[in-house]
Amino acid sequence: MMMDEVLKKINDRFGDKVLKVEKKSSRRAYVEIYPRDIVEVVRYMFKDLGLRFNIASAVDDFDKIEILYHFAYDPSGLIVSVRTMLNDKDNPSIDTVTHVMKAAWWIEREIHELFGVNFEGNQDMRRLLLPDDWPQDVYPMRKSFIVPKRDSRKE
Amino acid sequence: MSDKKSIIPIGPYHPLQEEPEFWKLIVEGEKVVDVDVRIGYNHRGIEKISESKSFDQSLFIVERICGICSSSHPIACVEAIEDICGIEVPERALYIRTITQELERIHSHMLWLGLAGHFIGYNTVFMWGWKYREPICDIMETITGNRQNYAMHKVGGVRRDIEKEHVAYILSRLDEFLKQLDMLKGAILDDPVLHARLKGVGILTKEAAIEYSALGPVARASGVDIDARRDHPYGVYRKVKWNVITQKEGDVFAKTVVRVLEMFESASIVRQCLDQMAEGPIDAKPKDIPPGEGIGVIEAPRGECFHYVKCDGSNSPVRHKIRAPTYMNFPTFRETVVGETVSDATIIMAAIDPCYCCTERAIVVDTNDKELFKAEDLIRLSQEKTRRIREKMGVK
Repeated sequence: MMMDEVLKKINDRFGDKVLKVEKKSSRRAYVEIYPRDIVEVVRYMFKDLGLRFNIASAVDDFDKIEILYHFAYDPSGLIVSVRTMLNDKDNPSIDTVTHVMKAAWWIEREIHELFGVNFEGNQDMRRLLLPDDWPQDVYPMRKSFIVPKRDSRKE
Repeated sequence: MSDKKSIIPIGPYHPLQEEPEFWKLIVEGEKVVDVDVRIGYNHRGIEKISESKSFDQSLFIVERICGICSSSHPIACVEAIEDICGIEVPERALYIRTITQELERIHSHMLWLGLAGHFIGYNTVFMWGWKYREPICDIMETITGNRQNYAMHKVGGVRRDIEKEHVAYILSRLDEFLKQLDMLKGAILDDPVLHARLKGVGILTKEAAIEYSALGPVARASGVDIDARRDHPYGVYRKVKWNVITQKEGDVFAKTVVRVLEMFESASIVRQCLDQMAEGPIDAKPKDIPPGEGIGVIEAPRGECFHYVKCDGSNSPVRHKIRAPTYMNFPTFRETVVGETVSDATIIMAAIDPCYCCTERAIVVDTNDKELFKAEDLIRLSQEKTRRIREKMGVK
């Protein structure tokens, strides 16, 4: 299966649910969808097409939060990234995909605490990386979070 | 024992752990019925730091993610940046990247082998593994100037060339290592005690490995035939002959076999690279990095290492996502540890090779001039003992 074939399959299956397809090179492509379709698309890619889940990465895009789900097709070395934009930055929320693939267990916890994204339906939203006494509602990977400067004279 | 459940807390600081993490084993008698882990004690915010550094500087930051993978992370990072700008990297630089990658794989696997021996109380393997890793660290020092944290890779190429006069030395040290590895392979793969201790323990099925998207030796030991070196070609892996090692069993022993056999493949790749590489430039010297996003995927010793870099045309990344292989391999403990005994839990957790840091350098020299045993004597004694145990146990 080459890149064009994978993209065609996704296009055929989801039609106008696919907002944009960006083929960057013969081995990299980005597919943009609405957040509400994420479970369906991830299930199709992971279960039906048999792609391997690399990881998800969130990006703070100033007025919105963008989440990318990266999938790899190893037999021909492709990486297809599913892009989705969460427009409500005060209350970003998207459905969980942990019931589709267990591999998303940790990364949803991580994005939750670092970007403040709520994964609807995920029961395990405990802290993963941040300490227990880290303040609520402070999300260090957002651009609005400035790393406090250390004053060495006080130490 | 009654059917009451007890909790065994391990960590965050514990003599058995090289790095801080907190394990909660829930046991019924000797049997582990549930397990939970708390990580984050080493969280340094490297992704955030990288956003405030220039591309040149962030390479030094990612190099310090791990003391062992200090070649893998920079290569994944430069691959991601080169994916943004589409630079043609000179071939000699690709050869040098491949050589450092494979040497790093050998030294990392050797380190793990030693630790695995240590975890099951077989400290001979620990001493051997770490001693026999020395020639590889020496080769690394010859090539890069450092035993760890090589500062070797940059966008568009590498920083240092391999000197012609060093090649003979590198090959001779590699030979020395291979001789010892061969002995170690025999000692480990035929050892009846290790068979009894590791076979059938902590099995990760192929389905679970796919479900958790496990990577590297962990996945390959469960029969998932993936290897980023072959599947997502980078460096010069397409130009040399080598095999992807897989096993079907998925237990701790299979993971050991995969790692031991991979070291032979790595040594063979290094040798072929040194043999084939032609003279030429080592740096494409790119001027600036255009806006865009790129993904770098490479095979670190523990599995696929993934870097995603987004750039807006300025001198530093807007977003730099780093996913180390242990991140995907770690959650598989849910499948492998539950149902096993407490005494096996440590080696099962260690079998995924969670990332340890080791940058110490010390060589102890005994100046007393008296030698009780030569190394060969010790090996002979140990082999004789193994033969006796084998005969007793009836293992062929």
